[in-house]
Amino acid sequence: MIIPTKNLYQYEREKFRRNSSIPELWQLLDEVKDPEIPVLSLWDMGILKDISKQGNNIIVTITPTYSGCPAMDIITEDIQGVFDINDIYECTVNIELSPAWTTDWMTQEGRNQLRSYGIAPPNDVINGEAGKLTNETQVLCPHCKSTDTHMVSEFGSTACKALFQCNQCKEPFDLFKHI
Amino acid sequence: MTKLNNTQDLITYVARLGDDAIVFGHRISEWVSHAPFLEEDIALGNVALDFIGHAQMYYSYAAKLSNEENTNATPMTEDDFAYLRNEREFQNHLINELPNGNFADSVVRQVLIDLYNKLYVDALKKSKDKTLAAIAEKSSKEILYHCRRSQEWMLRLGDGTDESHQKMQTALDNIWGYTHEIFELDDTEQCLVDAGIAVDSTVLKTQWLQNVTAIVEQATLSIPTDKWAVRGGREGYHTENLGHLLTEMQFVHRSFPGAKW
Repeated sequence: MIIPTKNLYQYEREKFRRNSSIPELWQLLDEVKDPEIPVLSLWDMGILKDISKQGNNIIVTITPTYSGCPAMDIITEDIQGVFDINDIYECTVNIELSPAWTTDWMTQEGRNQLRSYGIAPPNDVINGEAGKLTNETQVLCPHCKSTDTHMVSEFGSTACKALFQCNQCKEPFDLFKHI
Repeated sequence: MTKLNNTQDLITYVARLGDDAIVFGHRISEWVSHAPFLEEDIALGNVALDFIGHAQMYYSYAAKLSNEENTNATPMTEDDFAYLRNEREFQNHLINELPNGNFADSVVRQVLIDLYNKLYVDALKKSKDKTLAAIAEKSSKEILYHCRRSQEWMLRLGDGTDESHQKMQTALDNIWGYTHEIFELDDTEQCLVDAGIAVDSTVLKTQWLQNVTAIVEQATLSIPTDKWAVRGGREGYHTENLGHLLTEMQFVHRSFPGAKW
């Protein structure tokens, strides 16, 4: 039996969100997805840090995944877009670098969605350190669940992914790299 | 020292770190669609993007500092630093602007810079300047990936065929003279080092040499003797290569100022 556990970051993040005085805005932003991985919301991705209100102005704080990630600009526009159609016209998006984003902030829901989308989440690395990929690293195949896989390249289709192939079903797949 | 000088020095320093990152990032991006095979092409694109991302963080900070300093001037952005400065205004270390050469040249330079960045950024995390420390914390995670990749290549090519070995050794001999200036400080940086803001790169050299020697020897290559050294990047004196690089990098921005799509 697997007992689902939650890491400390997750626990703190969820508590922070629960205690917000403007839960409707958090819910609204659940509509904003990562442009590269459209199944993941900003919240699930772990990059949405805070939503606060100063007068009429809504201040959204997000943190970048990888420093050069071109998605950040699109995400900022998407946030403003979602607010716009909900008649919220004053909004500032702050980008905060510290503490640096880590894949540990990704929600369980987000990890499951990644897997069903065909991308292995960082915690599906089954041997060795998740953050240190080697040629021996094996990852649970998101397609057939085999662990008989091998790394093709540590750098995949976007900055946050590594390329793997399953030796059983032969399908190539991406691993969301632990960072 | 007056407050004004301190801020100006800080802007200079932050922009220099941005210059190193953008020039090298642009160089790496030139490999895209020319790499030896597809996965490597993608990897190079990724690494280039990381460097350009680091440059963006440094330049944004430099722009913010400039705007706070000159409240009457038109506000600057990171693009002003990247696209609207001339060759002499760039103060990157020269090693970053050297042409890519063959793949061995690129791998050797990447190893030398990655191992330097690793030490540099780890030290920058302890900066008294909170923003610099945050940028360092952010970029250090990516630099670990860079170090692993470039060192793997050095092993594979250095300890590969006779030809790849020879090319790697030649590359090392040709680039070595550019590594000395990255461990030197001018007065501007020395002031910031004394203030606990900038990294004292002079103290990193021993550890760097040790790390570089380890991978170089494992790859059956040898560290060149120190016969010559080229300097001048931090003063804005460049090799002829930077001008060509900037021409290409800045062309669109300068031809269509303020264009949006």
